[in-house]
Amino acid sequence: MPKKSDTRKLEDVGIEIDGEVDGAEENNKPKGKGAKKTAAGKRGKAAASEDDEDDDDAPPRARRAANKKKPAQAEADEEDSDDDIPQRRCAGNRRRGKVRDKGGEGGESKRKGRGGKKQKNSKGKAKENDKGSDDDKKKKKDSSGDDSNSDEEEDSMSEGEMARLMEEVEEKKKLIANIRNKPWRMRRRLKVLKEAQQFVDKFEGALGKGKGRKLYAYKVMMMKKWIKFQRDFENFRTACIPWERKIKEVESHFGSSVASYFIFLRWMYGMNMVLFGLTFGLVVIPEVLMGLPYGSIPRKTVPREDQDTAMDYSVLTDFSGYCKYSVLFYGYYNNQRTIGLLKFRLPLSYLMVGIGTFGYSLMVVIRTMAKNADVGGGDGEDNEFTFAWKMFTSWDYLIGNSETADNKFASITTSFKESIVDEQENQKDENIHLRRFLRVLANLLITCTLGGSGYLIYFVVKRSQEFANMSNLSWYEKNELEIIMSLLGLVGPMLFETIAELEEYHPRIALKWQLGRIFALFLGNLYTFLLALFDEVNAKLEEEESIRNASIWLLKEYYANYSANNPNDTGTPPPIPPADVIRGPCWETTVGIEFVKLTVSDIQVTYLTILIGDFLRAVIVRFLNYCWCWDLEAGWPSYGEFDISGNVLGLVFNQGMIWMGAFYAPGLVGINVLRLLSSMYYQCWAVMACNVPHERVFKASKSNNFYMGLLLLILFLSLLPVVYTIMSLPPSFDCGPFSGKERMFDVVMETIDLDLPAFMGTLFSYAANPGLIIPAVLLMVLAIYYLNSVSEAYKNSNMELKKKMQMARDEEKNRRNNKDSTNQVMKDLEDLLPNRSLAPPAPPVNNAEKRPEGGKSPKVKPGTAGGGVHVQKDVSLASANPNARGPVTRAPGPRGPVTRAPGPRGPGPLPGRPGAGPPRWQ
Amino acid sequence: GNKQTIFTSQQLDAYQDCTYFTRKEILRLFHRYRDLAPQLVPLDYTEQPDVRLPYELIGSMPELKDNPFRQRIAEVFSEDGKGNMTLDDFLDMFSVLSEMAPRDLKAYYAFKIYDFNNDYFICKSDLEKTLNKLTRNELTEDEVRMVCEKVINEADLDNDGRLSLEDFQNMITRAPDFLSTFHIRI
Repeated sequence: MPKKSDTRKLEDVGIEIDGEVDGAEENNKPKGKGAKKTAAGKRGKAAASEDDEDDDDAPPRARRAANKKKPAQAEADEEDSDDDIPQRRCAGNRRRGKVRDKGGEGGESKRKGRGGKKQKNSKGKAKENDKGSDDDKKKKKDSSGDDSNSDEEEDSMSEGEMARLMEEVEEKKKLIANIRNKPWRMRRRLKVLKEAQQFVDKFEGALGKGKGRKLYAYKVMMMKKWIKFQRDFENFRTACIPWERKIKEVESHFGSSVASYFIFLRWMYGMNMVLFGLTFGLVVIPEVLMGLPYGSIPRKTVPREDQDTAMDYSVLTDFSGYCKYSVLFYGYYNNQRTIGLLKFRLPLSYLMVGIGTFGYSLMVVIRTMAKNADVGGGDGEDNEFTFAWKMFTSWDYLIGNSETADNKFASITTSFKESIVDEQENQKDENIHLRRFLRVLANLLITCTLGGSGYLIYFVVKRSQEFANMSNLSWYEKNELEIIMSLLGLVGPMLFETIAELEEYHPRIALKWQLGRIFALFLGNLYTFLLALFDEVNAKLEEEESIRNASIWLLKEYYANYSANNPNDTGTPPPIPPADVIRGPCWETTVGIEFVKLTVSDIQVTYLTILIGDFLRAVIVRFLNYCWCWDLEAGWPSYGEFDISGNVLGLVFNQGMIWMGAFYAPGLVGINVLRLLSSMYYQCWAVMACNVPHERVFKASKSNNFYMGLLLLILFLSLLPVVYTIMSLPPSFDCGPFSGKERMFDVVMETIDLDLPAFMGTLFSYAANPGLIIPAVLLMVLAIYYLNSVSEAYKNSNMELKKKMQMARDEEKNRRNNKDSTNQVMKDLEDLLPNRSLAPPAPPVNNAEKRPEGGKSPKVKPGTAGGGVHVQKDVSLASANPNARGPVTRAPGPRGPVTRAPGPRGPGPLPGRPGAGPPRWQ
Repeated sequence: GNKQTIFTSQQLDAYQDCTYFTRKEILRLFHRYRDLAPQLVPLDYTEQPDVRLPYELIGSMPELKDNPFRQRIAEVFSEDGKGNMTLDDFLDMFSVLSEMAPRDLKAYYAFKIYDFNNDYFICKSDLEKTLNKLTRNELTEDEVRMVCEKVINEADLDNDGRLSLEDFQNMITRAPDFLSTFHIRI
């Protein structure tokens, strides 16, 4: 801010000065300059800076001449002054607010001829340089030009002055837009704002001329309206953001990290609302309103043998019965090309929405990630500011709860102590072998767990396929898969946490590992589940084939009988009621049901865990504490903490399931929206009612993009199976919007062929030609490569700059302290250089050189002298405070004179660095 | 609702131009301000009455009461430098601390907050005060001294033994979670 605002201020000041000078000449009091009293002092500077800006095109010679103001060149300047005086006049006029009166100038613009043209050339120079030069010159010009050029005043003003006025107005407008960024007091801000607005109001209308003026005024008016609209819209938009108060409450109780989960949840809700709108608006509602009603065709009817139980609660909770034959699932949709009066192309819209869901999600996730990365600004990787950051950014200003504040104080203290200890001794691992062994062991255990859970799921899915063929199953057997998956998701993380104890990582690293492992577990489970599902789908496909053949054969037989009985008739469809038709297994609906069941059981498990693990525990701890032998609140069970990472991961995986399942179960998106909505209220309540703030408060900001990265990965991984099924599996023959087609995407081809003009079809066929696609892909790869290498180059130059800054800083320090060289490399160089003065004090040099290493900085190893930035940084750390190391290095008496140069050498250079030594790095 | 008569619409527009708040938020902030002392603050601000709330009231807001730097915040943002705030100061404070404020502005005010003795430099005594407030005096003197030296070592670019605004900004703009922690949602 200061840098920018300073320059801005300077510019402002410069303009104001112009006004002041002009005003003085016209004996006119400049108005509204209360805030800028510094103007006079900075006059020269400001003018100079403007010189630099405006004189880019002006010939340097003329500029120099003007600056020097040789009397001999006054004649040459005379031309300039012709244009200059009117300008000044007009400036004066402007001050008096008479610009509006000069309405006629537009008509006179043709007269400007010579003056105007010249002015264009010399405008910047003349205008600015004169300001920089003395007043007497101006006076002279005034006197010389006043009488002769009085008639040119009006017209020349029209252009130069107009441009300046325009500039100034633009300037003020910018000021108005940015005034909130100025570190001023509100009173001053309000005042400046008012002035600026008045100025703009007054002079904006005066700009433009003739026909242009009306247009300009119109534009200005529209601009004002637009700004007002924008503001209203902004007001409206912020009013629409839900749960602001709720999140704020949580935030003030638990700090920003817990709140970040809820903000993430809200973001997720927003995204899912859009998906919900897409799916319901373009697929579900058209089908309900315009499609055939329930019971009209087989795919919309419950089969006869299921009809008795179709309304049973247990059946409905399994999402079969009426649920299975409803808009919630893929199978219900009809393959009519168009439906209703509007000729809505449902199958096409179904496919488009399925793809659009992914497209939109990808876009949103990537945009958010990019924005986060932008806002994140600094990369916290290089830890050159460990202590400074701890000092100035560790307090969370959001905290408004004394308990949380206590915890925060404690955790800040701990973190300071930790880093002090880290700094003091560079962590010597005594038992590195044992630790290594333990870490390997832990990873081995975790791999085993992952493998085991994967196998378990595969086994269970296989078993459930067997169960599917049996009747009279118990509740457990029906829901085994979901129960096992939820349990694994519950137990796995706990197991990992226990195993992670073995590793003794730093808590933050441990958290990363933990997250990665949970992620692997969930992902592994999901994919095993998918693989097993594919097995099932393949089995179903075979079954379907036979059923299809059977039904076709049946139909043929029927027609044969029919035509045998009445040979004149071509025949009508067999009068079988839709409930009795033989139908295929419809694997799409099966997959959809699996996902819906999984989601629902996930919701149940999550909510139950909160209810039991948090609420019940809190109730027990709270009320049994009155009659218990030890303090329950402080001792073992105590209250639960809010598990941020676990919750975020749960949310991310849930979203993955939604993405995967949404294509086969459009209703899933609706279920998910309900889930997110309820979970917002439920979890907010739970966290406020039964959780305590974290002992160790972790930072949330950095991990934000980490979670987004997980989401992106999940999105990609859930994209794969869906696209695979769309592209390569044949849809069921008797259910869903794509029935009767070879592949699902054939619907696009069909639309192109039937609905678009013929040339579009050929166009598409060209576009789909490998000859075109391969170059396109190549081009994209090249673009990626190019952008990548560009960003790499930027990164490198960034590093280089950083290095340079570090070096400059070291040098500066060095120079100021006038101590021995801190730069290891330079010192080595100096040692190597043959030098006369090096010979006598050689031993002291070595001593002086070694002392800083041994004395203060355990990090610097003599061998790593050429290591670049790190070495320099370390060394700079090492030598930075000479006072601190004083007692260590200088304790023994005889060494005393060694660091200080012996008498004859004087105060100047150091023992190892003679005055004529190698050039410094500067 | 256009029913409110606390501010004129020009005032509201001006406040919206000068802060990062929407109209509704400004009104809400006004009510928060007024709730601190209903007997002092009038319900009509169209004549811009000169009302100041004492620091004791400002510092007792739930948003501030647990903040170790609350007094400094109030002092920095109050016009009289003693923590007594007018409505303008109050809006100013929460505008700078709002989510929308840019990094540079925040850094500028953070610098002022941590500059306890108002000498435009963060010197050792300022650092010590900051640290003691952050840790509630739980570090020993040696530790405090060491941390302060480290901080100066790390961030002091021109090596004058104290942090200037440039030093501070250079350091803070690279901090990964300065933006997320230096804001108060109201």
